[in-house]
Amino acid sequence: MIFTHYFQQHMPYAWAWALSQVLSIGIFLVCLLVMVAFILLYDRKIFAAVQMRRGPNVVGVFGLLQSFADLGKYLIKEVIIPAGANKVIFILAPLVSATLAFAAWVVIPMDNHWVFADINVGILYLFAVSSLGVYGIIMAGWASNSKYPFLSACRAAAQMVSYEVSIGFVLVTVLLFAGSLNLSDIVRAQQSAGALAFLHWNVFSILFPMLPIFFVSAIAETNRPPFDLVEAESELVAGYFVEYSSTPFLLFYLAEFLNICLMSAMVAILFFGGWLSPINIWPLTAIPGIVWLILKLWFFFFCFALVRAFVPRYRYDQLMRLGWKVFLPTTLLWVLVTAAWVVYVRHGGA
Amino acid sequence: MIQQLAFYLFSFMLLLAASMVIAARNPVHSVLFLILAFFNAAGLFVLLGAEFLAMILVVVYVGAVAVLFLFVVMMLDVDFAELKRGLLDYLPTGLLLGFVLLAELVVVALLWKTLPAAHTALASATPNGLSNTAVLGRILYTDYVYYFQIAGLILLVAMIGAIVLTLRHRPGVRRQRIDVQNARTPAMSMKLVDAKPGEGA
Repeated sequence: MIFTHYFQQHMPYAWAWALSQVLSIGIFLVCLLVMVAFILLYDRKIFAAVQMRRGPNVVGVFGLLQSFADLGKYLIKEVIIPAGANKVIFILAPLVSATLAFAAWVVIPMDNHWVFADINVGILYLFAVSSLGVYGIIMAGWASNSKYPFLSACRAAAQMVSYEVSIGFVLVTVLLFAGSLNLSDIVRAQQSAGALAFLHWNVFSILFPMLPIFFVSAIAETNRPPFDLVEAESELVAGYFVEYSSTPFLLFYLAEFLNICLMSAMVAILFFGGWLSPINIWPLTAIPGIVWLILKLWFFFFCFALVRAFVPRYRYDQLMRLGWKVFLPTTLLWVLVTAAWVVYVRHGGA
Repeated sequence: MIQQLAFYLFSFMLLLAASMVIAARNPVHSVLFLILAFFNAAGLFVLLGAEFLAMILVVVYVGAVAVLFLFVVMMLDVDFAELKRGLLDYLPTGLLLGFVLLAELVVVALLWKTLPAAHTALASATPNGLSNTAVLGRILYTDYVYYFQIAGLILLVAMIGAIVLTLRHRPGVRRQRIDVQNARTPAMSMKLVDAKPGEGA
């Protein structure tokens, strides 16, 4: 990296490397935050368009600066900690949520060889970090020492553990198909030299039935409508963050949207060829991979936002039925089908 | 240098978190410290180059087992001041047990004989350029597949046992039957009536 070369003139390699990593991670986080700021606005605009409203349109041109105004508002408000709350865990919960939401991005490949941690078990790391997201919610619900947040924490624990199971099996089918747990390798396995490169993506393979399951499970895992029983406003006011205000609330809000962006990026990487261009024809191949990834991310975020705007909320028993009685058997069967396909069709039974 | 720093950081935090698990007054704090201990153990696995084990530790223990643990502990209203009252009475027994375990560990560590070849195998890379995960999978699912299947069956029996012990069929409970609901058509459940004025349907 450029930074490593620069710092190496002044200090030994190990320190130069560490310093440049920290610096580039900082830059990456700022880019991510700016993207989330616009994603927030995008979400509100989509929601408004569905309801035939205009959405935020006052701050900046077309309301483009709305998120930054909101940021300022959150930061200058007073942090209120309820007297009955467990102070340490109350403050720790939003920090855990936000840290985990940021930490997951370290293994997302933006382009070929353009990833912070190109680790062997990238997909497992993502799974591990996304399964930890529930802790922020449970800690917040318990530490608030209040009824609604606690009910919300109970719902969140059951819901997120249930849908992790189906997400896990979908990931298994994808990694069986790609033959690797490395996210960059999973994208490279979808590459092809032909003009219609998109036909080689995982979505147009035997993995196709896993896409809707992953999409729905991702919504449930991030507690978005129609599976937002964790923060159902008509029953629980706002769920686990009822007692939160100001910056701690902002961190929860940020973590929620970072997780949705992460899930959109995962759909793009696992099924839609990550940074790859859909058609290998000149003007399209000249576009850098990161642009494709971001375009795909925004497209899938659009899909998530539309689902949020259209579909009414599920009942809790229906949610559990869908997770355990529909998704779990289907994904389990599909792990078997994919494994058989890899062994008997691709490798000819060898 | 950085690796050694990381090792000491993880080990120190692991020991600290482990002792806080038993020292914390609040059971929820205990579980949270347990999770911190799991995390640091995963960090140590990563330093050893066992990245697959590290991730599995986080996914299984932190992501699933500890969530259920925390869930149960949060629901219980245990008076821990009451439980802690007898601490001094139990302290000698606990210390004795701990000492016996430590002595056993030391004896095992001193008397454990390994082949000289094993030392070189520890430091060598995995064969044929396979990744850690692939080698683990090959050993588990190819070389020891029967043992793996037996372990799976034992777990299955335990699971069925737990379900049988807690399953109750209560008569007279109205349940939602999705297939019946989906099979309904407008013709089956709806009748259009031309209501005359003054007569009703």
